[in-house]
Amino acid sequence: MAPAYAKRDYSLVGPNAQSAVASGLAAAEWYHTDVPRKQMKDLMQRSDSAAIRDTLIWFGLLAACGAGSIVYWGTWWCVPFFFAYGVLYGSASDSRWHECGHGTAFRTQWMNRAVYQVASFMIMRNPVTWRWSHARHHTDTTVVGRDAEIGVMRPPDLVRLFLNFVGIVDAWNAMRDMVRNAVGNISPVERSFIPTTEQPRVIRVARVWSALYVVVIGASLATHSILPLMLVGLPRLYGAWHMVMVGLLQHAGLAEDVTDHRLNTRTVLMNPVSRFLYWNMNYHVEHHMFPMVPYHALPRLHETIKDDLPAPNPSIIAGYREMIPALLKQLQYQDYYVRRALPPTAKPFREELHRAPDMGVNASGAVG
Amino acid sequence: MVACAVGDIEDREDVIRFDSGDRTFAIYRSADDEYFATDGYCTHEHAHLSDGLVLGDIIECPKHNGRFNFKTGEAKAAPVCVNLNIYPVMISDGKVMIDVR
Repeated sequence: MAPAYAKRDYSLVGPNAQSAVASGLAAAEWYHTDVPRKQMKDLMQRSDSAAIRDTLIWFGLLAACGAGSIVYWGTWWCVPFFFAYGVLYGSASDSRWHECGHGTAFRTQWMNRAVYQVASFMIMRNPVTWRWSHARHHTDTTVVGRDAEIGVMRPPDLVRLFLNFVGIVDAWNAMRDMVRNAVGNISPVERSFIPTTEQPRVIRVARVWSALYVVVIGASLATHSILPLMLVGLPRLYGAWHMVMVGLLQHAGLAEDVTDHRLNTRTVLMNPVSRFLYWNMNYHVEHHMFPMVPYHALPRLHETIKDDLPAPNPSIIAGYREMIPALLKQLQYQDYYVRRALPPTAKPFREELHRAPDMGVNASGAVG
Repeated sequence: MVACAVGDIEDREDVIRFDSGDRTFAIYRSADDEYFATDGYCTHEHAHLSDGLVLGDIIECPKHNGRFNFKTGEAKAAPVCVNLNIYPVMISDGKVMIDVR
């Protein structure tokens, strides 16, 4: 018989939300690796050039692949074009939404705002709602009852997880929320992290987006073809797999309710194509510890602080080899998580605010 | 009160932290070598602005990248919505003095 564990309540308005505040886990002081101010200032410096180059490549490839999809529509030759277009639309938009939301991708702020709006539409995340949910994700990373962006809750829902590789649950929820917001409804959960003054903007964006989707659906009906929807909307489904593949590695299988990103976040070394699509967010411990550092400087930040972090997983496959057994184990033992070994040069994990002694296992398999 | 010496902020476009009793402040040196002072914590959450980045007249919070104009205290970009308190600064005998009354 499986051991009895206290049921986790991931709702932002439930009992775990209250206990996280009471225990001091909410809005706590987190561990940071010491980096001299001059070095950190250098790492934080903004530049337009890298993001302009990458954005031109991104939009250029989208246009080229979109054109190829249209030209070869009705033949099998359209499949590789849609494959590439879908990943550029339904996966690369996630990292552009993320970096431009932080305001770090470009030095020039209107460029961050413009790409943020476009990428938000593509990834189906209300740009106002998700700006605030992501702020909470950085304040209370994987704190149960506080973080609105926990990708894999315990016990893991493996069916939902698989469905999200083709965006089904996410996109359905996004469309439902868009329509709900468009008719003027802000949910209690949304009210818990979006300031009152910002809530009318949530509704305004939802109405504009709803109108855009009506136009696209109307175009499909008028032309008796699914092609318009294959170019706008559906790529969020058939192109989501890369975003989910790399995104799951960020936190899944690692600790909850801690105040040290080395315990709850994973850095994974990846191939150049995935790093372009993901805008270097594979350096995820580094990003959470120092969100001011732009994506193009994350490899340098990694080199700067790696002696204080667990060794990165050397590849996506290696990351999955660590994560999948942990998720399977969490089906039965919800308190289980992977506890990576720190190098001898690192400072110890900061654990004094742990809510309860979890049953962790370090990289060598010993109970931690 | 004396917050720091003029030379304590080595670079232009930079910021340092100054604590007095249970209060904390951020002292700025602008690109044109003027000094400014604000509350030390971001108005959004408890993050020290002195760990952030100065870009022109802007201080960007290290936690969530919220932005303030440190000369006026105006909140410029989400997630900050509440303006920052600013304090008069005077330079005297190589010292940066701030009036926190």
